[in-house]
Amino acid sequence: MEKIMNENSTAVNVLNLRRTFGEFVAVDNISLHVGRGEIFGFLGPNGAGKSTTIRMLCGLLMPTGGAGTVGGFDINKESESIKQIIGYMSQKFSLYDDLTVEENIDFFGGIYNVPKERKTARKEWALEMAGLKEERKTLTRTLATGFKQRLALGCAILHEPSIIFLDEPTSGVDPISRRNFWNLIGEMSAAGTTVFVTTHYMDEADYCDRLALIYRGKIIAEGTPTELRKKYMTRDVLEVDIDKVVDALDILLHNGIDAAIFGSVLHVIVEDVQTGNARISEVLEASGITVKAIEKIVPSLEDVFVTLIEVS
Amino acid sequence: MKLQRIKAITKKELIQIWRDPFSLAMAFLMPVILLFIYGYAITFDIDKISTVVFDMDKSSLSRELVNQFHESGYFRVNSYVESYKAIDPYLDSGRARVAIVIPEDFSKNIQKGYAAQVEVLIDGSDSNTATIAQGYALAITEGFSRRIRGTPVTPLIDSRSRVWYNNELKSRNFIIPGLIAIIMSVIIALLTSLTIAREWDRGTMEQLISTPVKTPELILGKLIPYFLIGFADTILTILMSTLLFHVPLRGSVTLLLVLSGVFLFGGLSFGILISITGRTQLAASQAALITSFLPAFMLSGFLFSISNMPKPLQIVTYFIPARYFVTILKGIFLKGSTLTVLLPEALLLSLFAVLIFVAANRKFRKRIE
Repeated sequence: MEKIMNENSTAVNVLNLRRTFGEFVAVDNISLHVGRGEIFGFLGPNGAGKSTTIRMLCGLLMPTGGAGTVGGFDINKESESIKQIIGYMSQKFSLYDDLTVEENIDFFGGIYNVPKERKTARKEWALEMAGLKEERKTLTRTLATGFKQRLALGCAILHEPSIIFLDEPTSGVDPISRRNFWNLIGEMSAAGTTVFVTTHYMDEADYCDRLALIYRGKIIAEGTPTELRKKYMTRDVLEVDIDKVVDALDILLHNGIDAAIFGSVLHVIVEDVQTGNARISEVLEASGITVKAIEKIVPSLEDVFVTLIEVS
Repeated sequence: MKLQRIKAITKKELIQIWRDPFSLAMAFLMPVILLFIYGYAITFDIDKISTVVFDMDKSSLSRELVNQFHESGYFRVNSYVESYKAIDPYLDSGRARVAIVIPEDFSKNIQKGYAAQVEVLIDGSDSNTATIAQGYALAITEGFSRRIRGTPVTPLIDSRSRVWYNNELKSRNFIIPGLIAIIMSVIIALLTSLTIAREWDRGTMEQLISTPVKTPELILGKLIPYFLIGFADTILTILMSTLLFHVPLRGSVTLLLVLSGVFLFGGLSFGILISITGRTQLAASQAALITSFLPAFMLSGFLFSISNMPKPLQIVTYFIPARYFVTILKGIFLKGSTLTVLLPEALLLSLFAVLIFVAANRKFRKRIE
């Protein structure tokens, strides 16, 4: 197995992958390529088809159509072999909450058949990584979400798999824990592990080496964060600082100006900075809203995705 | 198959059962309570039938006859009335189930050497009790007439019946061994019916099926802890039967335990099969209760003799493993049967156990449907 992986720089490769549930097309002929050691971000809003895709790649769900390999194994025929080399963390918390931290680690160590001599070391590693060294005898039920997620990650990779699939690992986790989590993912990738991660937090896209954006079952953009910015963000983004953001958004959209709320400010997409600037001020002041500042900014990936989703 | 994986699952299940008071109670308290309740409640023994007497003769002979009824232990004479009419309210209200009416000329007839008549009225609404009471009444009057005639007569045919296996004819001896089979059927099916469905309900199954664990490893790992519990329950119920209910255990205890083990394996596999099919805990536990309790109770020969059932129903009983276990339990407890005698039952029981285990393995999919 290791041999195949070393000779081949491909971790995941799928062509025209498709999955339907009755009439509903959850994943619509997508093709993906993930290189070894990459952090591959699979982004999209809720219900776009992220979990369905990841489940098919992990051998949990049979594709309706299409072909592909994970770690060199056929996703249609060799799902049990795939399960030997991957680690998977599902979207829903899936450890046993009536077991202690340590008992959960021991259980998955047994299930993944971690060799006896490595067991203690791996357990200590997982406890350290999750920051739960002192809480090893605590019932998992009582842990905070951030710690649960880290423990779940630890359990999913006890056997040091070469490819890791993480389905929305940071959903419902506070910002600091999210950052820590991404640092962990970075470390694993640096150690040669391929990480396939889904998220609906667009601001997490910059942590990834490469990205694919999925929307309504289709991949609508793919590339490195820089490529995506260049390729799809041909227009400029202006950050508009005003008091009544919600009212202002309504007025701008009503006047055919492309805008979105980003925290306490508005991001407005314009073809040309000069004329755009003038038009925004004119429209808003006509409605009695004072513009505090307008500034041209480097578009975030979130801007890119908002634009892309609007286009499709 | 990797032993390490089976061990991991077994250990995890044991911890979960240990931490769940409901599971623990179901595992250890329920069999004791069930055996206790059913052991005392279900009885076909009839004694101390409340009896009302209308003695028109009022002679020493009639008093002696009434005394015979009372002393037999089967009847308890608790009231006397002075008219036919007065009997009715007793039978109607159920205060008495039997009425003995002794005519005026009872002792006169006997002294003259004529046949004397005694009327015995029996409440037939409970036909089982009525039939038995009738038999007892007949036996008592016959004995009485033989005795007062003085000289013993030799009957033409002297039939002396001896009752084997349960010579005191205690229905408890007949019921308790079968009851063990019923209780174990229900407990083990209920216990295991939750085990797979619970993991789907809680979302832990998705993680589990993404690992390299193999289906037989998963099923065996989940079966072993419940097998241990079921085995402990078996020993517990056997001890209760012999020590509390004084049911004789005449056969080999080892054989009893081995065959119980076979039955447990099949029953647990059945529970797991239901759990796999049911997907949700609620559906699975209800299905387990219905499919284990009813057939075992009605069609295993535990209460109702299979040979008295209509033919089609008799055929159905062959597909109910509890039937073989009931035969085995009654055989070993009461008759001291050996494996040679019980071989067909033992083989069929094993066959069912293996078939159900295989079915559970084949039914389980390491996929989200």
